[in-house]
Amino acid sequence: MNLIDYFLQNQDLVLMRTFEHIALVACAVGLAILVGVPTGVAITQNKLIADMVLYLGSVVITIPSIALFGLMIPILSQIGQGIGYVPAVIAVFLYALLPIVRNTYTAITDVDPALREAARGVGMSALQRLYKVEIPLSLPVIMAGVRSAVVINIGVMAIAAYIGAGGLGSIISRGISQSDPVQIFAGAITVSVLAIITDGALFLLQKKVTPPGQASH
Amino acid sequence: MPKSLLNIAARTLLMAAVILLLAATMEEGTLDEMLYYMPDVLYLGGQHLELAAVSAGLALITAIPLGVILSRPACRRYAEYVMQFLNVGATIPTLALLAMSMSFLGIGFLPAAFGLYVITLLPITRNTYTGLCNVPNHLTEAARGMGMTAMQRLLRVELPNSLSVIFAGTRTAFSLNIGTVPIAYLIGGGGLGELVFMGIRLNDTPMMLSGAIATALLAVAVDLSLGLLSQITIPKGIRMSAGQA
Amino acid sequence: MIKLEKLTKIFDSYGHQVMAANQIDMEVPSGEICVLLGPSGCGKTTTLKMINRIIHPTSGKVYINGEDTSKLCDTELRRRIGYVIQQIGLFPNMTIEDNICVVPDLLGWPKAQSRKRAKELLEMVALDPSVFLKRYPAQLSGGQQQRVGVIRALAADAPVMLMDEPFGAIDPINREIIQDEFLKMQQELNKTIMFVSHDIDEAVKMADKIAIFSQGELLQFDSPDRILANPINEFVENFVGADRAIKRLRLFTAADALVADATTSIGTEPVVSLQTSLTDASAMLYSSGAERLCCVDADNRIVGWLGHQQIAARLAQAPQASMEKEALSCQKAC
Repeated sequence: MNLIDYFLQNQDLVLMRTFEHIALVACAVGLAILVGVPTGVAITQNKLIADMVLYLGSVVITIPSIALFGLMIPILSQIGQGIGYVPAVIAVFLYALLPIVRNTYTAITDVDPALREAARGVGMSALQRLYKVEIPLSLPVIMAGVRSAVVINIGVMAIAAYIGAGGLGSIISRGISQSDPVQIFAGAITVSVLAIITDGALFLLQKKVTPPGQASH
Repeated sequence: MPKSLLNIAARTLLMAAVILLLAATMEEGTLDEMLYYMPDVLYLGGQHLELAAVSAGLALITAIPLGVILSRPACRRYAEYVMQFLNVGATIPTLALLAMSMSFLGIGFLPAAFGLYVITLLPITRNTYTGLCNVPNHLTEAARGMGMTAMQRLLRVELPNSLSVIFAGTRTAFSLNIGTVPIAYLIGGGGLGELVFMGIRLNDTPMMLSGAIATALLAVAVDLSLGLLSQITIPKGIRMSAGQA
Repeated sequence: MIKLEKLTKIFDSYGHQVMAANQIDMEVPSGEICVLLGPSGCGKTTTLKMINRIIHPTSGKVYINGEDTSKLCDTELRRRIGYVIQQIGLFPNMTIEDNICVVPDLLGWPKAQSRKRAKELLEMVALDPSVFLKRYPAQLSGGQQQRVGVIRALAADAPVMLMDEPFGAIDPINREIIQDEFLKMQQELNKTIMFVSHDIDEAVKMADKIAIFSQGELLQFDSPDRILANPINEFVENFVGADRAIKRLRLFTAADALVADATTSIGTEPVVSLQTSLTDASAMLYSSGAERLCCVDADNRIVGWLGHQQIAARLAQAPQASMEKEALSCQKAC
């Protein structure tokens, strides 16, 4: 029951770290949505560019997070941000881009051609089709992309503690370096619960944006 | 195949961009210092691969039979619960999983390998199960109607027709595995993570970069070779019908 | 020969007992095609699938060539029965050759023998073996896949075949062609065939016997002619359609309504052969406006003529009592 004692005694710290964690992930994934969705829409215009962009994204996502942090340190050192939350946010942003761009692209290209034709037939302009037909229909799939981006990056942000970004990872990292199972468990359990709850909440949101009668992906 | 050419082109482009960026920001002499770490890179790279191979190999030989068993009609009833459990398991951050493995098993190769094993196990089991469940009903019915035994159906019809899904899961799992090995250094697993984490802690850029570049190259190389392997291994007729659909 | 004896299937769906097939008794003599016909959910497919135990019967027995099949294990039974399904079910991971050889391989035939068999069968359906043996299902058109599906069921030369809406997924034009090919093959092969369909025209064309099902009951089991002429109740009458008299025309040829008269002179009237079906003959009569059709034999010699009256008279004739039924009742008497 050391664990409960730890939580009781360090409420403020755990809450602060959790808040930090959420804020950093939200900030990075928010940026990724702002960039990724328009990119996903834009690349539907050209198959070759789309393939190129998606392949680039898939390479970025295979680079282990700690290696990505490492590669960014000397580059960001030039502007004095080698370690801290800047490389963490950039890495999370990069990792979040692929799922969001890919899902937006797939969802829009998968819109039933008959619906697109019907929208053309009733006299919608290209932009109206996008806002009134294609994006609403794609929303559940885009949301699925956001959800997987968020879940992956809650994990990435935990590792970012090692480059001084803060977050729940710093509780785990201190626990490991002090060989203190209580801190390890406190950090690991909090970050796991955060990931599981976020995943569930985004799943509910995903279901909510799915119009009744349309299958959820 | 233009697609795989494009794939390689994209990778090369990205690598070139990263190397150029790094070269532009590097201080003089960094490259020489990095080369100084070459023997370490090779030694730790070997450890890195060993840890990945042991954990991923064990995961593969347990996950596929597990997926097969779960997909059998007798187990389907419980399979959904197991899958939900695995899905929740897959959302647990890797650092948290490794840290918990360390609290139970201590420091060293064993807890590192065990943590990686669990991380790798989930996607393969999930995809094996889903792949087998999604084999079209009419194929299994044709196989039954022709008098195949349950084992013959599994080996000749169900597994070949779910291989692409199983492979996709394996590739995801192995990428995840090789990407998590550097973190396993933190609980005493060794590997290239040592150079990266030590480099960060000691503020030794060449040491950190030599580890980070090697880690990234290794991960990309493993992913690429698995992609090529899946192209070779998936039965020709299935690739054709997938291309057609 | 296939004989079903009080074959029954009761499904249990959420505590409700659903009677899918109730005490089905029927016998299909060797070499005949029996079409199981009815609306969806009538029990025809359940009955078919109980024969090779894809669905296990609740009670009742199935005899094949006099042998009680309940003594055989599932796989042994199924390897002795050719099976064709609507979705074809060719295995996409195997070549056409391997697909055809599945059952021979299961039965342990020597490789040379089964591969030779695959070649023969492809030739039989006019698919060039040198082209198709090594292809994969994805490289074949729907009609070609369907032909392969049928010959795969013939590969081990099983005397009995079960076909579940085998031509259901093909477009109408190709369906006609494949049906004709299949009938021609059957003339040589003489298999005993159970065939599920929901299409009355297909049934009339293919069947020696038709079995009409509704709600798990076998309502009428008889020759197409007798089913069309004497539907046993209102359901069957509605099911075969108000135009059942016209459908019956397909069962007869010009020879059946011929007025033999070798001296018939050919004027402006259309000419038909002895094998022309009465459906086609009446169509020609109506479209040409002629009083009668002139009929020639295979050597193009005039053999006689037929007109509206002769066709009407043929339809008015009561259908022949089935020979088998007489034979059967005779056996029972003995």
